[in-house]
Amino acid sequence: MKKNLTNKIIGIVAVLLVCLWGIFGASKGVTGAALTEGLTKRIHLGLDLKGGAHLILQVKVGEAIFAETGNTAGRIQQDLQKAKLTYSQVYVPDQAKPETIRVEGSPAASANAVETLLDSKYGSIYNVASGSDNSFTLTMKPLQLAALDKKTVQQAIDAIGDRVNALGVSEPVIQEYGLGKDQILVELPGVDNESDIEKIIQGTNRLEVHAVVGGPYKDEQSAAASLGGSLPPEDELKTFTGVIGSGETSVYVLQRQYIVGGQDFRSADPGIDQNTGRREVSFTLTNEAGDRFYEYTSKNVNHSMAVVMNDQIKEVANIENPIRDSGRITGAFSQDEVMALSKLLSTGALPASLAPLERRQIGASLGADSIQKGVTAAIVGVALVMVFMLIYYKGSGVNADVALFLNLVILLGIMGLSSALSGGASALTLTLPGIAGVILTIGMGVDSNVLIFERIREEVRAGKAPAAAVDQGFAHAWVTIVDTHVTTIVSAAILFMFGTGPVKGFAVTLTIGLLANLFTAVFVSRVIFDAHLNKLQPGEPLSI
Amino acid sequence: MELFGKVNIDWLGKKWYFLAFSLIFSVAGIISMGIHWSQIGSPLLLGVDFKGGTQVKVKFEQTPDINRIRQAVSAAGIKDASVQPIGDFNQAGGNEMLISLPEQQDEASLDLGRQQIVSALRNFYPNPFKDSDVNVDVVGPTVGKQLESKAFWATIYSMAGMLVYLWFRFQLIYGVAAVVACFHDTLITLGAFALTSQEISLTVIAAILTLVGYSMNDTIVVFDRIRENLRLSRRESLPDVVNRSINQTLSRTVLTSGLTFLTVLSLYIFGGQVLRGFSFALVIGILIGTYSSIAVAAPMLVAWQEWRAKQGKAVVLPAAKRARM
Repeated sequence: MKKNLTNKIIGIVAVLLVCLWGIFGASKGVTGAALTEGLTKRIHLGLDLKGGAHLILQVKVGEAIFAETGNTAGRIQQDLQKAKLTYSQVYVPDQAKPETIRVEGSPAASANAVETLLDSKYGSIYNVASGSDNSFTLTMKPLQLAALDKKTVQQAIDAIGDRVNALGVSEPVIQEYGLGKDQILVELPGVDNESDIEKIIQGTNRLEVHAVVGGPYKDEQSAAASLGGSLPPEDELKTFTGVIGSGETSVYVLQRQYIVGGQDFRSADPGIDQNTGRREVSFTLTNEAGDRFYEYTSKNVNHSMAVVMNDQIKEVANIENPIRDSGRITGAFSQDEVMALSKLLSTGALPASLAPLERRQIGASLGADSIQKGVTAAIVGVALVMVFMLIYYKGSGVNADVALFLNLVILLGIMGLSSALSGGASALTLTLPGIAGVILTIGMGVDSNVLIFERIREEVRAGKAPAAAVDQGFAHAWVTIVDTHVTTIVSAAILFMFGTGPVKGFAVTLTIGLLANLFTAVFVSRVIFDAHLNKLQPGEPLSI
Repeated sequence: MELFGKVNIDWLGKKWYFLAFSLIFSVAGIISMGIHWSQIGSPLLLGVDFKGGTQVKVKFEQTPDINRIRQAVSAAGIKDASVQPIGDFNQAGGNEMLISLPEQQDEASLDLGRQQIVSALRNFYPNPFKDSDVNVDVVGPTVGKQLESKAFWATIYSMAGMLVYLWFRFQLIYGVAAVVACFHDTLITLGAFALTSQEISLTVIAAILTLVGYSMNDTIVVFDRIRENLRLSRRESLPDVVNRSINQTLSRTVLTSGLTFLTVLSLYIFGGQVLRGFSFALVIGILIGTYSSIAVAAPMLVAWQEWRAKQGKAVVLPAAKRARM
């Protein structure tokens, strides 16, 4: 009884062709160079093979919260003044707990009025609690806090995205890193240049304008002495480096809460002051910040304000006229700083600074080294296995070798297709452990064939005719193959869910490889056996 | 060609030898972990992925001189740096050096260390290297801790996932026996890392999860055959069935592990330094994974049933379920 295999063979050839298209694309020809070009376009390599930078950055969300509560503290003061209510100070007492605002020094008689005001105007965002000495504590509600947290991280991601685009990196990954709170994962394929990476991390610099409370002092001790030994909680000390290279420094007492900073800047351009020849940055503020800046500067004409970048004072200026939304900062900047600052401000400043938690750079040529070694190992492994199968299983060994080869084609084909169909957006990437996954797939692929062949041999030994032996062999081995594949896919899936970067790559190739293997070792191999049985003369033994 | 004709080995009769073998290797591994624990406060040498720290790998254009690099690094005022060559300088793709700094509590100082190392090499050591020949790993303690707990849970989850699947497909005791065998393999493989003082990196964890999958695979092949034989011959005693099943699948077991071993060995030899830890774990794991399905998982099934028989309970046979899907 001969089986009609035409449809099955057409199906297998179709799968093969689709996968080949997936790997090479519509190649311009069949020359080696054209095929290699198609291959490199389709198969996406991970950072460890292509080279590149991998960063995990911690967003210091506390800073953004501190900025928000600081602003609110300012508004509360204005509201209390308007309502003619007395207070001694409104401030954020602890930077480690930036979500808490204190209102102190109201007389007992007006405490109720203060509480009513706070409740009605700020009760939707803050929980208001009254203390024993007529003081009030405003704590940001958890829901609002979480929303601000989320917004800050998203703004940081957007800002980094702008910066990465400015560098012209293709296919970067910038996303929230799920393992820890407020962490961002940045992957920059092909970037192994030190200074390019620095540009992104140094982008954590922030520009702020603070009110000057006192100074300049010679050093921190004399600054503290002038304040009577202790620094009020709403103030801070900052160092002014003065003219670059002069080595002279002085210390100022600044109000901790900035007047404008971070996201308040809309754009900035570098330039040089015509009169003094010093470097300057001209800036524009957002509308809201412009109003705030105008209000402050008109009230504080002839007071000083300090321009702070990277925790250092860059310039202290006297307010001569009220400023609304544009101005110039002339200061002790270096050329690089001016360029970096203007680029920073125009691409959207960060809402909070970033701290690198992890930084990996893989040199491109070291990555190429790894590919070469991994591929060599894979080819040697496959060749050894194929030769052994031919020797051990004779005619049926060809069958196993075809299945193995097809398995590799499908594996690479699916990776290529994922890139072709999604336009590269959600392409599966091949990493170095991924190549190891391919090698393991080869091992498991061989295992399926060995299971089937050994079973067929057993059936032949038991005296069954070739067709019945093949039938029984496949039927029995199928149960085992399903069990082994499902368990391994379960563990690969868990690896995929919990793994990062390279380990994920391993899970990807292993899972695809195992699925492909179910097709090749069971279906394709069966078709080849059936074709062989069709040609077998009655009484002729199976070549196994 | 055939390696095994009809074999008739009494595997269960050798269970005390197996137990002794497994105990010796497990205990040796545990003792070695204990020694590490007393010396460095951790049972295994953790790589930079978990422990945190700074590592700079540089491939120089000419053969580097380790002493001069040490001088360059200390001339730049970097303390506690360790300098070690990678692989063989005579080989193609040699000339690689690894310079590492110990873990620090402060993330900022880790990155500073990286800058110092690179500039020390550029300024104090006249052997040029390109940007594309530098690998850098700076891992802060926060990220390292996160990864450590993630790796631990990934292993636990994957074992639990497989246990549930086997419970569903066979019976609970089969799942338990298979998971115990996997645990045995993981313990001995980690013990081998402790004994040879090799570092555990993220890729080694991937290898260990692979070997868990592989060992499970091997155990299931044997279990499947036991289940099938139990269904066919109900009068045979369980030890006989188990012995016969192991013998029937023996040629497959030896062939598959032999061939997988071959591919992993080629990975160990040709895969380069980066994959060395990964392939070392698999080389050990495949040997021990094959051994454990015969010597740990199967005898455990029999021991369980014998214990139940002594308690006067009925022997639970999984053959009642149909094996075909």
